[in-house]
Formats: sequence, C-alpha cells, structure tokens
Amino acid sequence: MATAIEVRNISKQFVLRHTRSLKEALVWLLKGRRGDLSQKFFALHDVSLTVEQGESVALLGFNGSGKSTLLKHISGVMTPDSGTVRTRGRVAGLIEVGAGFHHDLTGRDNVYLNGAILGMSEEQINERFDSIIEFSEIGEFIDTEVKFYSSGMYLRLAFSVAVHTDPEVFLVDEILAVGDEPFQRKCIAKIKELAAEGKTLVVVSHDLDLIPQICERGVLLEKGRVVLDGPVEEVVGELRRR
Amino acid sequence: MSSVEQLVRPGVGAGLADTFRSRFLLKLLVRKELKVRYRGSVLGLLWSYVKPGVQFLVFYLALGVFLGLNKGTENYAVYLFSGIILINFFSEALGNAARSIVGNGGLIKKIYLPRELFPVASVWVSGVHFFPQLVVLVVACVFSGWHPSLLQLAAAVAGFVIVALLATGLGLFFGAVNVYFRDFENIVDLLLMVVTWASPVLYVWTMVRNTLGSAFFTVYQANPITIAVEIYHYAFWYPTTSGTAQLPPHLVEIWLPVGLAVSLAVVFIGQFTFRRLEGRFAQEL
Repeated sequence: MATAIEVRNISKQFVLRHTRSLKEALVWLLKGRRGDLSQKFFALHDVSLTVEQGESVALLGFNGSGKSTLLKHISGVMTPDSGTVRTRGRVAGLIEVGAGFHHDLTGRDNVYLNGAILGMSEEQINERFDSIIEFSEIGEFIDTEVKFYSSGMYLRLAFSVAVHTDPEVFLVDEILAVGDEPFQRKCIAKIKELAAEGKTLVVVSHDLDLIPQICERGVLLEKGRVVLDGPVEEVVGELRRR
Repeated sequence: MSSVEQLVRPGVGAGLADTFRSRFLLKLLVRKELKVRYRGSVLGLLWSYVKPGVQFLVFYLALGVFLGLNKGTENYAVYLFSGIILINFFSEALGNAARSIVGNGGLIKKIYLPRELFPVASVWVSGVHFFPQLVVLVVACVFSGWHPSLLQLAAAVAGFVIVALLATGLGLFFGAVNVYFRDFENIVDLLLMVVTWASPVLYVWTMVRNTLGSAFFTVYQANPITIAVEIYHYAFWYPTTSGTAQLPPHLVEIWLPVGLAVSLAVVFIGQFTFRRLEGRFAQEL
C-alpha cells in the first residue's frame, strides 16, 4: 500500500491580530514596538500523521483542538510554518458544502461553477451532470436560482456535486448533517461506498455514534497535538471518558 | 492507478501559469460576474452599450459644443472619449481586482484553488465591459471621417494590452496586501482618482510639456496609462482630424515598448508580492 497523505512534524502558529489598519501598525512601530501588537498560539504543534491509500481516518477532539486546521493543511488551503505535508493524487474537500455556491445563479450554473472549483474539467461535469441531479433529488428546480431553494435542497445539491468529483483522497468536515434523515442515510451510504472503493477518507465530526460506522482508525487531537492514534472504537471511548 | 502519481505538497501553485491551466474555471468565474451584474434586467448586456453611448453624446454637446472645446481641439468629444474608455477599463479592473481576494474570502478559506484566478477574472470582466465602449467609439470615429492605417490599429491593440497588464499586476499586488491591511482599498480609490488627471485625457499633452519642461515631461510620459491614452489618440482621434495636431515624439517606436516593459515589470512585482503573501491568506481573511 502506498502512502496517500504524509504529514511530518508540522506546526502552525496563529496570530490573533488586534489591528487591521495601517495607522495602528505605524503607531506601534513609532513607539519602538512596545507591547505586543498580536498574540500568538499554536493551532498545531509538531503533528505527524501518515495515512495509507484506502484508509478511512477520523480526526477527533473537542472544539479548538486543531482538527479542521489539520484538514486545511492536507487540502492545501493552509501551509505549515514548519514541517511538510505531502499528498498523492487529487484531494477534494467536502469542507463546508456550498462554499463556492452563488445565490443569484441557477442550480445548473452552480453545478458547473462548483464542480470546476473542486477541480473537475468541463467534460467530467457534462458526463456526470445527470448523475449529480439524480443524486441530489433536485429534479425540475435545477434551472431555478439557488436563493429560492430550501436549505435542504441547497445542501443536497452541494453535497451531490462534491461526491461526484471522484478524487483519490476525500476530506470531510462536519457535513454529515446534510438534509433530512433519508438523505442523510443516503449520504452516509455514499461515503461508505467511496471507502469500499478504496478511496482514502479523512473525516472530522463530532457525531461519535456515526464515526465508527464510517472509519476504522481514529486520531485524537488535543490543543494542537496528537494524543492518541488507534482503532476508532478505542479513540471514541477515550474521548467519551474526557 | 493512482500509485503511479508522486507525493506532492498541496497548496503550492505555479502562479499566473495556473490561471491558464484552469481556464475553464476562469471562464466560469467571468461568466458568473457578468450574469450576476445583469440579473433581473430586461436589456441585460445592452446597458453596456447605452451607457457609453449617452456618455459620448453628453461629452459632444456639453464639452464640445457648449463649452466650445472643439475650437481648441478638433473633434474634442472623440479625443476625450478615446482616452476615457481606457481609464474606465483600468479603474474598473483595478478597483475590482484589489477587492477580489477579500471579496472571495469565504471560498479561499475553504477550498484550495489558484488564487490568482480572482484578480485575473476581474480584469477579464472589465475587458468584456470595455468592448461595447470601443464599439461606441468606433461608430463615433466613423461618423467623424475615420481612416486609420494598419499600424494605428495594431498600436491600439498594444495600448489595450499595456493597460490590461498594468491592471493585472497592480490588481495582484493590491489584492494581496488588502488582505492584511484594508487601508489599501482606499489607497486604490485615491490612485484611481488621480489616474484620470495624470494622463492627457481631458487636456492635451503639449500643455504638460510647456509647463513642466522636457525633463519632467519624460517622467510624466513614462506612465504606462499616459502612453496607452496617447496611443488611443493616435489610433482613433488623430485619423479623424486634418492631421495638423502635434503628436508626442517617438510614440510608437520608443514609448510603446517602454509602456509594455513597465507594465510587464509591474506584473512581475505583483506576482512576486502575491506569492509571498498568499500562504497566509486563509488565516488572515
């Protein structure tokens, strides 16, 4: 098995910038840089993680433990201050569905725009268009502007585009709460199907009942450090005890 | 299958070359902007023809006839309009490009894509809006007895390229620094206010030379916008006149390449700054 994701000793410091105006920055410089213009904290601290192809990994931890930040480093949205991240094959993020949607465009335009944002080519979208519509259950509303969609329809279409991007590595962040229950089941079935096909999955979720259904391996993060890495039941059990 | 592929570092792009590679996405982003702009309007893109058309008529009547500027400068309305459409293009392109990164922050924070796409798309959109203005200008020129040479037409294309490159370079620069300090939006607005007056759009270049002297005039003339505006006068206005007006010396053989070189240098500086700063966009937005 080849490595799909290799994270080596990455650290990321966040700056809590107090100011966003030149004036304040200048005043601070003129005063001889007295006091701290900004506070820093470690969002990730010396994190290493290797994921093999076909593995499904859950990133677990409380709010602010660095799960989403780690996911953003794997997707390339952020780059680490130190250490390296390397991935193999195309990585697609189901990170907050509908991030690339525009309210004033029709469902059809949004499928193309969002598909292209997630890295699909024109031919790929044309080819998968019918399948995307079918999965989303949008039907005749596809030529309506998405601002008139119900929130469920909106999420279903966005999720449907995302699962049709067909990458090697899938990053999933808190999006399993999509739509009503039947659709949610359909989404989970789809994600399991992807895992069964040998796609690599990295999932962030707070739904501790759902996670063991999808993932085999769990990684527990606390204050930006990996504190436990093992079979998912064990890690979920540890998190529940905390 | 995928095991043939190598491990690569995510989030490291190839700069402007990436916008060429993802031209399908660029096309969709440009189309989105155009669709959103004219949503819910019956006339749609036709408005882009009506507005500059009315603007030209106003110039012709108010400035040319009533203020009598036609007496000083032959076909003053054509003179003014040929410069002002370039300024319109530049202002719209730079104004939108400088705000494009902050404006698309929601997307940039969530999904990795070549971020250069946003300023470049802004310039493209402005290019699309430039076209109707050019059509109005050509119609006005034809009515004034326009007979351009091939060299003049080629120079007009080069003039457009100079402005487009300059807007892209400055758009990359200001788009990136605006993420860190929102003051730069206001600096851009200030810059755009000055731009109209820092080039011979409303007045004639000889007035500047006579006032400043030839040494300072060279500095004034090195502004790519000034060069492009003069090229537009040379291509559109000059062939409609009796040909007695004085053109800036060595406009095509020296100043045109200088304008291109300056604009290209700005693109490189813009790209360099953008790449230095883009790594922290996601956490600063």
